[in-house]
Amino acid sequence: MSIVQVILIVFIIFAVSRAILRLRQGNLTALGFAFWMSIWILALIGVVFPEISTDIAKFLGIGRGVDVIIYLSIMVLYYLVFRIYIIIEDLRQEITKLVSSLSIENERLINLIRNSRKSKSSRPSKASNKK
Amino acid sequence: MNLVVIIPAFNEQKTISNVIKLIPKKISKINKIKIVVIDDGSTDNTYFVASKYKNVTVLKHLINRGLGGALQTGFEFAKKFNFDLLVTLDSDGQHDPREIPRLIRPILKGKADVVIGSRLKSDEMRQMPLDRLIINFIGNLVTFVMFLFWTTDSQSGFRVFSKKAVAKISIRSQKMEVSSEFFKEFKSNNLKIVELPIKPIYTRYSRLKGQTNINSLQIITRLILNIAR
Repeated sequence: MSIVQVILIVFIIFAVSRAILRLRQGNLTALGFAFWMSIWILALIGVVFPEISTDIAKFLGIGRGVDVIIYLSIMVLYYLVFRIYIIIEDLRQEITKLVSSLSIENERLINLIRNSRKSKSSRPSKASNKK
Repeated sequence: MNLVVIIPAFNEQKTISNVIKLIPKKISKINKIKIVVIDDGSTDNTYFVASKYKNVTVLKHLINRGLGGALQTGFEFAKKFNFDLLVTLDSDGQHDPREIPRLIRPILKGKADVVIGSRLKSDEMRQMPLDRLIINFIGNLVTFVMFLFWTTDSQSGFRVFSKKAVAKISIRSQKMEVSSEFFKEFKSNNLKIVELPIKPIYTRYSRLKGQTNINSLQIITRLILNIAR
């Protein structure tokens, strides 16, 4: 086993442990955990048995096994970037809803305060009634 | 009938007064006219300038959310307080609010659900700068390709919506791409659209504000990404 393989295996073990931790903390859904585990298991197989990627490469007509891994990695990265974009957009949308509701609610409260002040000032005081 | 005029504003202390003053106080067949300025997190005195007017309600966004976000607040307000008509106007003085009575007419007559004030249908369209004409044409083309809806002025901010349209339209865009997103909503909700000419007013100030030539590309990119989501 080469040094590169050892470094990659250590990294994969670290990534798997992070995924398990996130699942336990409730920050990762079961589906998300399954997705990441399948990615890391495939990566582990590719690192431990590099000849498998070469066989897949030959089957796909690409040539080298490393090229297959790079192509797949780029595809997965593009997909993940797109997912992150959607998550950010959803967050922005939620923030806008919050800001929007707050602005309307604040205006309602300001009006309530104004009206109560007006009604207080227009109400005759006890002293003036006695007169 | 009740009418609400929604004016999204971001750092418009110089022009907001003129826009408010020009909004008609009375319009035939309209019982109540409410002016609502959406101060979209301005860092200047827009809020205080607009608040001086007794007939104006100012809704303050705590942070800037963009034109789409401000319009979402306007639509929410109109729905919550049950307005029959909603008019949107730009706050940089690009539109003449005195044209509101003419623009609401097709809805009052039941001939439209939405009226678009089109600068390109106006005889004075020649006053529009060439770069704005090109941007507008690209905007129209993108709107057509993405939503299969041809309009002469996809980027116009001067629009009138009926109560039915306000209830059905649901916008998601945060920034200026909202102008094109409206057309997706018009089509998917089968709303009747009428375009009427409006006078284009271009000042040095309004040219620097709003949809600049550089951010037009960003707007198109965001539109495409929003559709692909």
